[in-house]
Amino acid sequence: MAMATQTEKGRQMSPFFQQIIGIAKVLLSIAATMLGLLFVTFFIGRVMPIDPVLSIVGERATKEVYDAAYIKLGLDKPLIVQFFKYVVDVVQGDFGQSLRTGFPVSDDIKRLFPATLELATLGTLIGVFVGVPLGVIAAVKRGSWIDQVARVVALIGYSMPVFWLGMIGLLVFYGQLGWIGGPGRLDIFYEDIIPTVTGMILIDSALAQDWGIFRNAISHIILPACLLGYYSLAYLSRMTRSFMLEQMSAEYVITARVKGLSEWAVIWKHAFGNIRVQLITVIALSYAGLLEGSVLTEIIFAWPGIGSYITTSLLSADMNAVMGGTVVVGLVFVLLNIFSDLLYKVFDPRAK
Amino acid sequence: MNVFNRLLTSAAFGVAVGLTSFAAVADTPPNMLVIANRIDDVTTLDPAQSFEFAGGDASRNIYSRLVNFDPADLSAGYKPDLAESWDVSEDGKTITFHMRPGVKFASGNPVTAADAEFSLRRAVTLNKTPSFILTQFGFTAENVGDTIKATDDMTLQITTDKRYATSFVLNCMTATIGGIVDMKTVMEHEADGDLGNEWLRTNTAGSGPYVLGSWKPNESLTLTANPDYYGGAPAMERVVVRHIQESATQRLLLEKGDIDIARNLNPDDVAGLGGVDDVKIANELRGRLMYISLNQKNEALSNPKVVEAIKYLIDYDGMANSFLKGQYTVHQAFLPRTYLGEIADKPYSLNIEKAKALLAEAGYGDGFEIGLFVREAQERIEIATSLQNTFAQAGITATMTVGTGKQILGVYRSREHDIYVGAWGPDYPDPNTNAGTFAFNPDNSDEAGATGLLAWRNAWHIPEMSNATLAAVEEGDRNTRGKMYEALQREHQMVSPFAVMFQKNEQNGLGSEVEGFSMGGAITGAGYWKVTK
Amino acid sequence: MSETQSLRAWLLTETPTSRRHAKLSAIYHAWLSFRTNTMAMIGLIILVLLVVVAVVAPWLAPADPFAQTLANRLQPPGTDGHILGTDSLGRDLMSRLIYGSRITLYIVGLVALIAPITGLLVGTVAGYVGGFTDMVLMRITDIFLAFPRLVLALAFVAALGAGIENAVLAISLTAWPPYARMARAETLTIRSSDYISAIRLQGAGPLRIITKHIWPLCISSLIVRVTLDMAGIILAAAGLGFLGLGAQPPSPEWGAMISEGRRFILDHWWVATVPGLAIFTVSLAFNLLGDGLRDVLDPKDSEK
Repeated sequence: MAMATQTEKGRQMSPFFQQIIGIAKVLLSIAATMLGLLFVTFFIGRVMPIDPVLSIVGERATKEVYDAAYIKLGLDKPLIVQFFKYVVDVVQGDFGQSLRTGFPVSDDIKRLFPATLELATLGTLIGVFVGVPLGVIAAVKRGSWIDQVARVVALIGYSMPVFWLGMIGLLVFYGQLGWIGGPGRLDIFYEDIIPTVTGMILIDSALAQDWGIFRNAISHIILPACLLGYYSLAYLSRMTRSFMLEQMSAEYVITARVKGLSEWAVIWKHAFGNIRVQLITVIALSYAGLLEGSVLTEIIFAWPGIGSYITTSLLSADMNAVMGGTVVVGLVFVLLNIFSDLLYKVFDPRAK
Repeated sequence: MNVFNRLLTSAAFGVAVGLTSFAAVADTPPNMLVIANRIDDVTTLDPAQSFEFAGGDASRNIYSRLVNFDPADLSAGYKPDLAESWDVSEDGKTITFHMRPGVKFASGNPVTAADAEFSLRRAVTLNKTPSFILTQFGFTAENVGDTIKATDDMTLQITTDKRYATSFVLNCMTATIGGIVDMKTVMEHEADGDLGNEWLRTNTAGSGPYVLGSWKPNESLTLTANPDYYGGAPAMERVVVRHIQESATQRLLLEKGDIDIARNLNPDDVAGLGGVDDVKIANELRGRLMYISLNQKNEALSNPKVVEAIKYLIDYDGMANSFLKGQYTVHQAFLPRTYLGEIADKPYSLNIEKAKALLAEAGYGDGFEIGLFVREAQERIEIATSLQNTFAQAGITATMTVGTGKQILGVYRSREHDIYVGAWGPDYPDPNTNAGTFAFNPDNSDEAGATGLLAWRNAWHIPEMSNATLAAVEEGDRNTRGKMYEALQREHQMVSPFAVMFQKNEQNGLGSEVEGFSMGGAITGAGYWKVTK
Repeated sequence: MSETQSLRAWLLTETPTSRRHAKLSAIYHAWLSFRTNTMAMIGLIILVLLVVVAVVAPWLAPADPFAQTLANRLQPPGTDGHILGTDSLGRDLMSRLIYGSRITLYIVGLVALIAPITGLLVGTVAGYVGGFTDMVLMRITDIFLAFPRLVLALAFVAALGAGIENAVLAISLTAWPPYARMARAETLTIRSSDYISAIRLQGAGPLRIITKHIWPLCISSLIVRVTLDMAGIILAAAGLGFLGLGAQPPSPEWGAMISEGRRFILDHWWVATVPGLAIFTVSLAFNLLGDGLRDVLDPKDSEK
């Protein structure tokens, strides 16, 4: 077997060269996807019947003021020229200025992305630490009441309108019971106290050893994170269950049982060990989903993240902001995908 | 210990602490005012460019003006601010301001007539959206060298192109665009000849009671007290305005004591706060009007009988007593109450039979179909839904088109709507601010492109009424001027394609210990510097 | 009685007499195994009920869903004549809910037609033709996959204007790529199988092979996927409605109803809660059904 592979490779180019080509291919495909993403966003922005000039000059502007702003935005130039100029700027790392906030889009993203990252990460952690064990147990005790409960829990998670549940949750836990903090990332008078290092308040406050702020931040993030976590849990537990079922019926598991290994060792060492790669792929996907898809949660919880940024920008025709945000989110998505593909290739024997 | 280790131990400790108790009952600190408001309209803090509500509030607390309103006594009209006194020339065209001595900007530079000259010239030269408030007096980028002039350190002279009522000119000086900026500081930050426009967008250089602490767009805006403010350092050392979109959320925050003032409460939440301890409701009549307007390019809507019929197909009282309860009062003239020349006449009320008769006279007895253009705001959608309902009772089928503000506004400005459900807030506290848009349209052609004029947007051709509006601006006698506006509005009420429906009564929720807060009435923005708690 | 008995026997036969007989028999077997799945049956029953409610809405609704009575607004559930109470314009919530089921079904039905068919077309063509076409089509699919879903839908609706039809198109636009990927993967495995080669040797053209031989094989996994996606579609439509970009007022779309009721959530919880529960129930029903169908149709996950 080993020899065969050796001769296979020998017939082709040197492995190093091959790797370079492989990397180039991946980079090229990222670039193509990003360009396509930009093009679609740009095109949508231009056909949208919202006037970006009005976003700047406001309702009362006279014709002269309006025209001046129109020319300043470069809207008098042909579409293709505008697009080309935009792409050239983006390649140089300049996403342009947001019309709505007036700040460079890259600054806005730097400020907002950590908020989304913090929320999505915590949500995914909850999803993984609850969802995966739940899935494993459901698979092991297939058909039992635990399996049924896990199934119902997951299906409810899939079926719940997040914005509605968030609203009700806020009402009950913040409004009625007062157990948690309200919308936003911190109580207002805690804001701007600790220095920004990562932009993620939990980490920043821990670094600054300011436990009052840390606690406050937890009380604010806990509910939205649980909501996202629930959604991720639903997905992960179902996927884990089906991966595990596949493994549990495999011959080596049966052999291991026959050999008299304890049930615990069979499940966690053998079966679970074998689904780790698949699982990481799925977790990466779900993580990507949370990073891009928490628009409604962010809106309900007044969470200043990238999702609500893109959405509100979109509705005021602030296309620089929308394109910048979309590219960043798209890039994260593509990178996570490639990462999980790679992982698959490296660890899964079948994919070789 | 490396950072990572420290982080881990910190986090573990933090979780332990966090679990013991999540949310302690918190009240805002005594020297800090926390306000929940919608501030997503702020795009710049430059007084020469800022033209939105939240930006106007901030500006009022940061920049002093030549003349200004006292938050504790708005009905007194404008009072001296940076200008201690002023004289008017014989011909009424030149106003000479005498600057208040000993006043300093937050930077420490003294406030001189040169700064005032610079600020006003700058606003004219930059020619941003609100510049019309000044340029309507004949100032242009070319002539400001002669018309706006500091004759010495403490004297500023402005000369208008013709005689205007002095109160009109001075009222305009109280608008955001009249804010006096620190010339030296601003010019230090000038880039590409922009007169510091870019720098002032996110920084401030004023002499008012507050200076900008930080501004995070769509998140929060923080002001810190200017201890050297000539009127005395404000009691609230820090003011945080936090962007909270939802009324229900603002209410919850207020009930919990997390904020001191909730600026955007809907009627149901105001009612809900009724029984809550430690919370009070403040009412102020604001300048904002709700109206519908009928595009005169539409054949059916250009029929005067149809126009009249539609004014009878609006359930004014029904709306004001239900979903608008407490927040809008029925008002049917284009000048808000508290303005010079206001009238309280309410000739219209819901009368389906009369409307039907009028429609039949007009030849539309079987009704017609029409589009209703509304922007995405709950109260406007509710108004439009109610209109749909009452219109239908007279056979008019209205289809609603809802869009974002910019979207619908684009349609309106290009005169492509049928019926527009609109709101209008005055730009400066003089009757001309509304007369000049509701009742002024000297050139109705498409080419005129007078997109700033409501009468033009609705293609309403009114050469005579436009002249009457112009005449009222030039009248020097206050009483006569008031009478002129009254007559103008009565005619407007009868013939115009505008049905003014409501005037806003703003209801804010306040922590019971908050005193001295002013929303600015119908004439100006909110003032924070007299607040105590 | 005996006739039904014999029908049953005919369907359960071990030795089918014709192709149609075999097919019907297979479907009946699947139905029998599906029927034992209680939760899937619950889902099915809820959905059947939903369809019935939508069809007979005009007879079922106690009031006109658009009739306003401003004096009678925000009445709590159980008020005389309003089982579920009234909304902020005094409209009967029960009636609005009932009429809203039509909109939900309309959206779901259309998306369930457009998205899988588009995906199937793109995926099978890409998989079967291969080469450059495959690359271009899959790159386009990737672009749409990389888009934040709701943002893409929002952008699309913002571009074309708010409304149910555009919302349907927008959701379809975001929903097709996974189908394309799935169909392509299946096509790739089927394409190289012996029996396709045999058919090709018999002289069948690519069009015939794709439509007659590849599509039918993709159908069962497609159905499972569509059913499981339904919940997502309903939630997306509700999300658009919630953001004001779906159905336009006064239309009783459930998401828009939540958005309207959200303002009164503190004192008049039912206005937002009732449509929320409706959305939840229906999407749960789809999920239950999909889950059950998967067990029946997708053997990989259900061997016992």
